[in-house]
Amino acid sequence: MGVSTRFFFLLLLHSGTCFRRPQLILREIFSSGVLSLIIILVSGLFVGMVLGMQGYETLQTYGSEEALGVLVSLSLVRELGPVVAALLFASRAGSAITAEIGLMKATEQLAAMEMMAVDPLARVVAPRFWGGVISMPLLAAMFSAMGIFGGYLVGVVLIGVDEGSFWSQMQAAVDIREDILNGVIKSTVFGIAVTVIALFEGYDAPPTAEGVSRATTRTVVTSSLAILMLDFVLTAFMFRGV
Amino acid sequence: MNDYSVNIESLSFAYDKRAVLKNIHLKARRGQVIAIMGSSGCGKTTLLKIISGALRPTEGAVHVEGVDVGRLDQAGIYALRRRLGMLFQFGALFTDMTVYDNVAFPMREHTDLPEDMIRDLVLLKLQAVGLRGAQHLTPAELSGGMARRVALARSIALDPKLMLYDEPFAGLDPIALGVIGDLIRRLTDTLGLTSLVVTHDVQESLKIVDYVYFISEGVIVAQGTPDEIRASTLPYVHQFVHGEADGPMAFHYPAPAYDLDLGVQHA
Ligand SMILES: Nc1ncnc2c1ncn2[C@@H]1O[C@H](COP(=O)(O)OP(=O)(O)O)[C@@H](O)[C@H]1O
Ligand SMILES: [Mg+2]
Repeated sequence: MGVSTRFFFLLLLHSGTCFRRPQLILREIFSSGVLSLIIILVSGLFVGMVLGMQGYETLQTYGSEEALGVLVSLSLVRELGPVVAALLFASRAGSAITAEIGLMKATEQLAAMEMMAVDPLARVVAPRFWGGVISMPLLAAMFSAMGIFGGYLVGVVLIGVDEGSFWSQMQAAVDIREDILNGVIKSTVFGIAVTVIALFEGYDAPPTAEGVSRATTRTVVTSSLAILMLDFVLTAFMFRGV
Repeated sequence: MNDYSVNIESLSFAYDKRAVLKNIHLKARRGQVIAIMGSSGCGKTTLLKIISGALRPTEGAVHVEGVDVGRLDQAGIYALRRRLGMLFQFGALFTDMTVYDNVAFPMREHTDLPEDMIRDLVLLKLQAVGLRGAQHLTPAELSGGMARRVALARSIALDPKLMLYDEPFAGLDPIALGVIGDLIRRLTDTLGLTSLVVTHDVQESLKIVDYVYFISEGVIVAQGTPDEIRASTLPYVHQFVHGEADGPMAFHYPAPAYDLDLGVQHA
């Protein structure tokens, strides 16, 4: 824990290079963000469709089916979007980052870089960090958008909830600052947690095949736990703030 | 500037408490190819790491290109490394880049040269190792010998003054081995650099080097020109040069007497 905190600060200190060369970050946004896109979109759609069905069931008992839009969108924007997208991100992009850095270390690519007077923290680690941190909120937003569309498909198109009230109640209930901003804060924090864990595990992995494979597993387990715990802490603070 | 690219005096080095190098004196004259030989685990890689500033000497002074490596801070070490090239044991090519981008990497990181000039330089370096035609391949598509040559092209990208080679012959077939040996000699002569070759391949390196140091258990046990080494009557050198299984370097790891171990004879 202490070592990884130190790693995090070192990484921030070494971020100068990649701010001067944004194409380094763009490349990482592509590799961690764009490659996670399909799985995020598909999962978002299904989660939204399930929400639509379950929500309709529950709301119907109270005779307030028109609130389905509110239920679907708030669940997604506040909770499921950031959390599920981050969990998917951890297993898709996080594990890939750990494996890549671990292998670069095991095959002496990082040592070779240092021998060329290029700091791997600045050249390899920092761009991946910023790439991940920037991708995460965007992915969470796309997850939520897809989910809302899924809820609409099931609720309005399939079951026949009134389309007008589905959208208008949703617009009235979702607060930009309270809901959307908080969702963005959450997913950014998750993005930081996942990428720091993934990078640290890779950088710290014993330079063997076994070491790298264990580190990859640890990335997925540790960052999933971190996401769920952080979600609790952040949610607690956000509700108290209301 | 003096005549020596590397000048090591009374160097000792220990990992934690375990002494790995003991009282090493070693000089590499500018423009020469120097071999450091010894069996695996005798401290050769450690020595290269000290020369390149990755490890600090426990005792003694290491001068590389006129600067005392042991006293440099991180910035100083990075400045020194821009004048060093190192060939890693397995090449250590960047697997996410093509051959071309690997060779261009040091230039892009350390110079502001325009891309068309970088292109000319990259092709020049690749031509020097005979792999200009392989520029679009990825490291996964290269044979071991080709990868080593690409890594060599990358390490001379910024025209170093001193080249360090860690086991450049390990794991190569005889032809690739000869190619790498020739390249080391030719590049040293044409680019006017100094080469320090760490190896346990005696036959190949005796063909190309100017001077040889033998290390055994962290101590320099013999040194001389290839002819002197070939003629040496020192038991250790003789064993090494002629590849004999037993000698001062015992074939058997220290063990209790065989009959005791087998339980044939009761103690
Ligand atoms: N990081 C390290 N920590 C502790 N001991 C090490 C370390 N690296 C190498 N050694 C030990 O130092 C000795 C010399 O290693 P090395 O320089 O790699 O030998 P060589 O390159 O000649 O095969 C070996 O016995 C090895 O076990
Ligand atoms: Mg070695």
